[in-house]
Amino acid sequence: MSVIRRAGEHGLLVETGSLATSHRLDALLRDSRPEGVVEIVPGPETVLVVAPGADQARLRAGLAALRDLALSSADAPSLSEEVVTVPVVYDGEDLASVADETGMSVEEVVGRHTGRELVVGWLGFAPGFAYLTGLDPALHVPRLATPRTSVPAGSVAVAGPYAAIYPTASPGGWRLLGRTSLRVWDVHAQPPSLLPPGTRVRFEAT
Amino acid sequence: MIDVLAPGPYATVQDLGRPGYAHLGVPRSGAADTAGLRLANRLVGNPEGHAGLELTFGLARFGFRSGAWLAATGAPCPMEIRNEPGVIASAPGMGAPFWVPAGAELRVGPPERGLRTYLAVRGGIDVEPVLGSRSTDSLSGLGPPPLRPGTTLAVGEGRALDPISVDLAPPPAPPAPVLRVLAGPRDDWFTPEALGALCAEPYEVSQDSNRVGVRLRGPVLARAKEGELPSEGMVTGAVQVPPSGQPIVFLSDHPPTGGYPVIGVVLTADLAVAAQLRPGDRVRFRLAGR
Repeated sequence: MSVIRRAGEHGLLVETGSLATSHRLDALLRDSRPEGVVEIVPGPETVLVVAPGADQARLRAGLAALRDLALSSADAPSLSEEVVTVPVVYDGEDLASVADETGMSVEEVVGRHTGRELVVGWLGFAPGFAYLTGLDPALHVPRLATPRTSVPAGSVAVAGPYAAIYPTASPGGWRLLGRTSLRVWDVHAQPPSLLPPGTRVRFEAT
Repeated sequence: MIDVLAPGPYATVQDLGRPGYAHLGVPRSGAADTAGLRLANRLVGNPEGHAGLELTFGLARFGFRSGAWLAATGAPCPMEIRNEPGVIASAPGMGAPFWVPAGAELRVGPPERGLRTYLAVRGGIDVEPVLGSRSTDSLSGLGPPPLRPGTTLAVGEGRALDPISVDLAPPPAPPAPVLRVLAGPRDDWFTPEALGALCAEPYEVSQDSNRVGVRLRGPVLARAKEGELPSEGMVTGAVQVPPSGQPIVFLSDHPPTGGYPVIGVVLTADLAVAAQLRPGDRVRFRLAGR
C-alpha cells in the first residue's frame, strides 16, 4: 500500500506513522505551501492535504519528497520555539475524584499536571479544542460515564492520555481539574487559536 | 431588511464556507449544495460567494421592508408574492430573477422534489462574518444562529454589482440518485467484498440526516481490520463507516477529523445529489475508480 492515499478527487492522505513526523511535515508544508493547497490537517499518524484544482500527480510527488524529508530529519524539532504558559486555578469538580482514582493527593495531581511540558497533537471535536499530548501517565483516567451537558469555557481537563482546555462552553465528558483565564480561542483574532498543532504548553498553578 | 416570518423546518444563512481552518478544528461549512447557491447568486448578478438562504424543505415566509431582486434554485418549490393587503400578486418561478416590492411577502411552499432550496438576494445577506464566512455551522455553532420567526436580515449594497445578465436557468431534470465514489483512503480496512456491497443495493436515507452528513440504512459494510483508526483528517463527501457498518456521507458541516474508516469519497459533482436527498429516498453508490 502506498504511503500516500487518495481521499477523493482533491485530497491526499499522507501516512507519517507518528505525530512527530506529522508535525514536521505540517511545518514543511506551511513554510512553502504547494500551489492550490487549501487545507493541511495533521493527525496522530497522517497529514491530510486538500487541494482542489491542483495537479494531483505533481502534488503527490511533491508530498512524497517532503514526507521523506520529514522522516529523515528525525531529531530536528518542528515544535514552536515559544512555550505557552497556561495559568490554572485548580478547583475543578473532578479534582478530588481523579486524586482518589489515581491514589494521589490533590497536590500530587496538580504537581504531575504542571510538571511536564505538553505538545498540541491536533485539534478536533470543536473549533480550538486542542488534544495535548505528553500527559504524565499517572494522570491517565477514563472519561465520565455520563458527559456533562455544559462545561464552561476555560475548563482545564484530562481524559485518557490527553489534556485539554475547553475553548468554548460545550457538552463534554472530560475530567475537570481546574480553570484558566487564558483565552485560547478567539474568532476575531488572527490566528484564532493560541494552540495550533505543534505548540508547546505548560500548565502553571496560580 | 428582510423579516423572517416563518423559517420552515430549518433555514440558515450560507455562503461558500470557511476553508483553511480545518487544522484548528473548524469545519468548512457553507452551502450543502454549493452549485445551487452559486447559480442563485449569478442569477441576481452577485459574486458566487455572496451569502444567501438555505431552506430545508421550504415552507418559509419572508416580509420585505424594501424591494429586492431574488432568485431561487435547488429543490423546486412553489412560490407566491403577496402584496400588502394580502392578495397574491405573482407566482415567481425557480431559476430566474424576480422582484419583490417593498411591503410584500414571499411565501415558499414545500419542494416537489429534493430537500434544499437556495434564495439569493441581490447584494447578498449581510450578517457579521465569522472567520471570513457568513455561514451557519450546525456542528460547531460558528456563524449566525439558524433563522427564527422574528429574525431580521440586512441586505448588502447591490448598486456596484454587475447588471443582472442571466434571464433564466431552467431547472435541470431530476438527477438520478446515484453517488459515484472513489475508493479509499481506508477501503483496506474492510473486507474485499465491502466495496461491492456498497454498490450492489440501494441505501435508504435515514431521518437523522442533516448538514453534517447523510446517514444511510442498507447493506452492512464488514470490517476486515479490528481496532481503532487513529483520528485523521476528513474530506467532504467521505463515506465514513462507524461500527454499525451503516455508511454516512459527510456534507458541509462534517467534523474536520474523525476516527472511523472512510471506504470511499463521493465525487464533488455528486455532492449536490447527496445534499438534495430526503429522508426515505433511496440512493445507489457506483464505483468511479480506485
